[in-house]
Amino acid sequence: MQEILFYIFSALTLLCGLLVVFNPFSRNPVTSAMFLVLTIISMSGLFVLLKAFFLAAVQILVYAGAVIVLFLFVIMLLDVKEEERRRYQKFGTFLGFAAVTGLAMLIINTINQSGAGHTLTGDGVAETKPLGKLLFTDYLLPFEIVSILLLVAMVGCILLSKREETPEAEAE
Amino acid sequence: MIIGVEHYMIVSVVLFCLGLLGVIIRRNLIVMYMGLELMLNAANLALVSFSHFRDNLDGQVMVFFIITVAAAEVAVGLALIVALYRKRQTNDVTDLTSMKL
Repeated sequence: MQEILFYIFSALTLLCGLLVVFNPFSRNPVTSAMFLVLTIISMSGLFVLLKAFFLAAVQILVYAGAVIVLFLFVIMLLDVKEEERRRYQKFGTFLGFAAVTGLAMLIINTINQSGAGHTLTGDGVAETKPLGKLLFTDYLLPFEIVSILLLVAMVGCILLSKREETPEAEAE
Repeated sequence: MIIGVEHYMIVSVVLFCLGLLGVIIRRNLIVMYMGLELMLNAANLALVSFSHFRDNLDGQVMVFFIITVAAAEVAVGLALIVALYRKRQTNDVTDLTSMKL
C-alpha cells in the first residue's frame, strides 16, 4: 500500500511541478500558481508517508495557505497578459533542457552508486512531541533568530511597498 | 519492492531540476520565483527523507526553519518585484537589463 501511495504522490508532484514551469496550454502565471498548489499538496502527502505529520500540516498551512495567496495577490497587481504575448526563445529553451537533463542524470547516477539504500534503513519517528521538545531545547537559539528574521522581513516588506513621498513619485 | 531513501532522493533531484529549468527557461519574474520555491521544496523533501531513514529528527527541525525562511524570502522578494514593476512597468527579465533604475 505504501509503495503504491509513494508512486502516486511522487508522480503527481513531478507532473504538477513540470506543469508549473512548462505548460504547453497556458502561459498564464495564475495557472502556474495553481499547479504549484497541487505540487505542494502532493508533496505533503509524501511527508505523511515519511511520518513527518507536523511538517505535512505546516507545508499546507504555510505554502498552500500563505505563500500562494501572496503570489496570487502580486499577480493581480501586475499585468498577466504581457507574458502570453511573448514567445520562448527556442535555442535557450533547448539548451536549458539539455543542461538540466545532464545535471539530473549526473546526480541520479551518484545516488545509485552511493548505495545509501543499504546503509540508511531507519523507520522514522512517528511522533510530533519529540520534534517540539527538540525545537525548544537544542534549537532554541535558531528559533529565536528566525522570529527576528520574520520581524525584519515584515518591516522590509512595509518599507518596500510604501509609496515614496517624493515629487517624482507624485508626478507618475 | 521496498521504498528506500534513494527513491525519495530521485524524486527530490528531479523536482530540483524542474525548478532550475523554470528559472532558466521562463522569462517572467514571478514564474522564476515559483521555480525557486520548487527548488526549496525539493531540498525539504531530501532532508525529510534523510531524517526518516536515519531515525533522527534534526532534519525535520531543519525543514521547519527552511519553510520559515522561505516564507520570509517570498514576502520580501514579491515586495521587490512589485516595487520594480512600479518603476519600470514590466516584470520580464529580458527588459530588465540595465543596472540603473
